[in-house]
Amino acid sequence: MLAAAFGGTHVVVFEAKFVMTAAAAFAQEVAESRTYLLRFARLQLRNDAWAEDVVADTMLAALEKPQNFGGRSTVKTWLVGILKFKIIDCIRAHSREVASSVNTNEDAELEDLIFSPDGHQANEAYEWASPEQTLHSKQFLAVMDVCINEMPPTMGRVFLMREWMEFSTDEICKELKVSSSNVWVLLHRARLRLRECLQLKWFGDQATPTKS
Amino acid sequence: MKKPWGTCREVTALVSAREDRDLSMGERTVLRFHAFICGRCERWESQVKFMRESMQAWKNYRD
Repeated sequence: MLAAAFGGTHVVVFEAKFVMTAAAAFAQEVAESRTYLLRFARLQLRNDAWAEDVVADTMLAALEKPQNFGGRSTVKTWLVGILKFKIIDCIRAHSREVASSVNTNEDAELEDLIFSPDGHQANEAYEWASPEQTLHSKQFLAVMDVCINEMPPTMGRVFLMREWMEFSTDEICKELKVSSSNVWVLLHRARLRLRECLQLKWFGDQATPTKS
Repeated sequence: MKKPWGTCREVTALVSAREDRDLSMGERTVLRFHAFICGRCERWESQVKFMRESMQAWKNYRD
């Protein structure tokens, strides 16, 4: 009816333009998420080539089937959802290499450094001042990046599977073929290490007035 | 004899484990006893909570 009243061609052109713009905006948003996705993929896989592959696969999957994006979340969140599946596929596809690189003994001496032989903490425990504001600081989150990046490979992978991919310890055991007690120990050491790192790189020189 | 309030080394690991699994009744008792006597482990507890929140913030930030 409307098309007949205004002349069919005009409406078709208008609709086509609208669809084009929406598609371009979507593609642009997908493209802009690349760095973000790559950062996680690298940290999780500890292999730049694999990381590039899973991010490329994720973006292709998104651009091929934009209709799967329901608009219930942001494009970025939706992409992260796809990326997680691609990362799992990648770990499974390279399961032999991953399994042979797994080292559950990483940082085995860490607890001996932190605790005295009778089980007490060897050093004074740190007091972290005003941590709530810290969470909104970009510099702080960049320090988090560094600390996570510096974790030994197995520990970093396990820690991110738990904290970023939100896997249960059972799922981590299954994917990496390690025992649950190994996973718990690695997660614990990862947290001890993260605390040491944040203390050293962030809270330690809190008094410095230049830091915001 | 094992002390009912555990050592800091054990308790630190339990506080961490609570993030990843359910603790047994015995483990929960150790935590409760230990909390009475140890400020350092109390700090660790708040640091673990802070690190959990930091991971949440870290996940969402984009350069």
